[in-house]
Amino acid sequence: MTATDLAIVLPEVFLALFAIGSLLFAAYTAKDDLGPALTWATAAVFVGIAGWVALSGDTNRTAFNGMFIDDGFARFAKVVVLLSGAAVLVMTQEFLTRRGLMKFEYPLLIALATVGMMMMVSAGDLMALYMGLELQSLALYVVAALRRDSPRSTEAGLKYFVLGALSSGMLLYGASLVYGFAGTTQFAGIITTADEGGMSIGLLIGLVFVISGLAFKVSAAPFHMWTPDVYEGSPTAVTAFFATAPKVAAMALFARVMHDAFGNAVGDWQQIVAFLAVISMFLGAIAAIGQKDMKRLMAYSSIAHMGYALVGLAAGTEKGVSAMLLYMAIYVTMNIGTFAFILTMERDGVHATSIDGVRGLSKREPIKALALLVLLFSLAGVPPMVGFFGKFAVLTAAVDAGLGWLAVAGAVASVIGAYYYLRLVYFMYFGEETDAAIDGAMPTVQWGFLVASAALMILGIVNLFGVDGAATLAAITLVN
Amino acid sequence: MDELLREYLPILVFLAIAIGLGVVLLLAAAIVAVRNPDPEKVSAYECGFNAFDDARMKFDVRFYLVSILFIIFDLEVAFLFPWAVAFGEISMTAFWSMIVFLLILTAGFAYEWKKGAMEWE
Repeated sequence: MTATDLAIVLPEVFLALFAIGSLLFAAYTAKDDLGPALTWATAAVFVGIAGWVALSGDTNRTAFNGMFIDDGFARFAKVVVLLSGAAVLVMTQEFLTRRGLMKFEYPLLIALATVGMMMMVSAGDLMALYMGLELQSLALYVVAALRRDSPRSTEAGLKYFVLGALSSGMLLYGASLVYGFAGTTQFAGIITTADEGGMSIGLLIGLVFVISGLAFKVSAAPFHMWTPDVYEGSPTAVTAFFATAPKVAAMALFARVMHDAFGNAVGDWQQIVAFLAVISMFLGAIAAIGQKDMKRLMAYSSIAHMGYALVGLAAGTEKGVSAMLLYMAIYVTMNIGTFAFILTMERDGVHATSIDGVRGLSKREPIKALALLVLLFSLAGVPPMVGFFGKFAVLTAAVDAGLGWLAVAGAVASVIGAYYYLRLVYFMYFGEETDAAIDGAMPTVQWGFLVASAALMILGIVNLFGVDGAATLAAITLVN
Repeated sequence: MDELLREYLPILVFLAIAIGLGVVLLLAAAIVAVRNPDPEKVSAYECGFNAFDDARMKFDVRFYLVSILFIIFDLEVAFLFPWAVAFGEISMTAFWSMIVFLLILTAGFAYEWKKGAMEWE
């Protein structure tokens, strides 16, 4: 029995052993000059494991008495998490090295956080859920404070830690209530107790606390307050990671808990998730308008995007989950491209992320400006970029589930949000160049990610590269 | 439902007593106690002397590091203890789980040692 269990969790075990082994190896041999090499190695391991997970068949298996679920949904989320993690590592290596932040612990903490994320999306039990979530969060608290002699970075780390601890506390309190009233921590057991309408008050309060804790982790309003400060204070390389893989893992975990544990009581959580979605979409769209800093802007943008992903989840249907997965895959691709640009925003060798930096960029750097234009249009959801299809999928899922008002709210919020994306485009093409303008230089790797991500946003409109089909297959295994 | 709630009756009684007692003690101090302050009475002192310096002094951040390292191994014992007590009855899975846990902890310990976290200077 143990051997079969271990065979199922082998990718996670392998990644954890890689991280621990490299940690000891690096500590006892070369010190920090091993950082760049380890970053590449970790990225290669991520890609290798992503291929391994993707090709490991289409069977649904559970390990450790249902604690760990390996199904199509988990595999889809894992592949997205691993590939985006690898992309961010490759993209940020040069940035960190040049600023003297390339400690060998950085790629290894990212690897450990990724083990946590793989655990999260495969959790089949409240305890496994918490274990994965904490492994991910603890590693991320540390990388947020990577630049430890900078007050901003340590503030970001501390804020993230304190609010993360608060959200973990809420989640744990909810989990204890759920356990108390359902009599089991296993999702497969909870779902038999949590029936539509017949849910006891205690179970309902537990559910609300669990949702609040998870909303913190995906930074959905009104639990978003940590996001802008943490995004702004952390080194940009770390912000790029925060905005991608952990968001996918947390959203997947959210869907997993809602459908695996409370799938018979969709009506009970649908209203809460729909509320979170509406608030996030509007807050993200309106609060971003006043932002002067690219990183803060992206923080509010990610809050709004989480709102749209939650619209898909709120539908409570298989189509909704598949739309949510598709949306997250597109969101991650767009964000990697945009952060590749933000990473290289520099003036006289100093990292400058003010939005005034892009004024007049089109005259100096036409290709970069065009790539960024495509990405911003896609983030805003302007057809025919791929970002539009993501929004279209979640809003259609909401309409099909009888949540027409939610879809209308989403469309309105997306029009409001388009303003600040298009304002950046206006700055690039019609803005007067000021003395805050950024230099044009951009290392090949980041340039490659920026242009490739923009190209995907256009080429993807043919068939979305089949990701929508994969997302549908993944959603079928979750919702049944 | 009622039976389930009744199982929690002891903890409810306990909470009622604990909160009630706390409130009573706080109120008693406010209502019953005789208060007759004068400057000598309310001033800070150490063992009968005037305070030597400020109580809010800076202390070395390394104390914090040491206490964190201590907590990790404190928790290790909390896990080890029930395992050791039930050692005769546990399965091989349980045995090896703990060995793996200890190995991971040792890896962390080796790392912190090499990094010099235990050196005071």
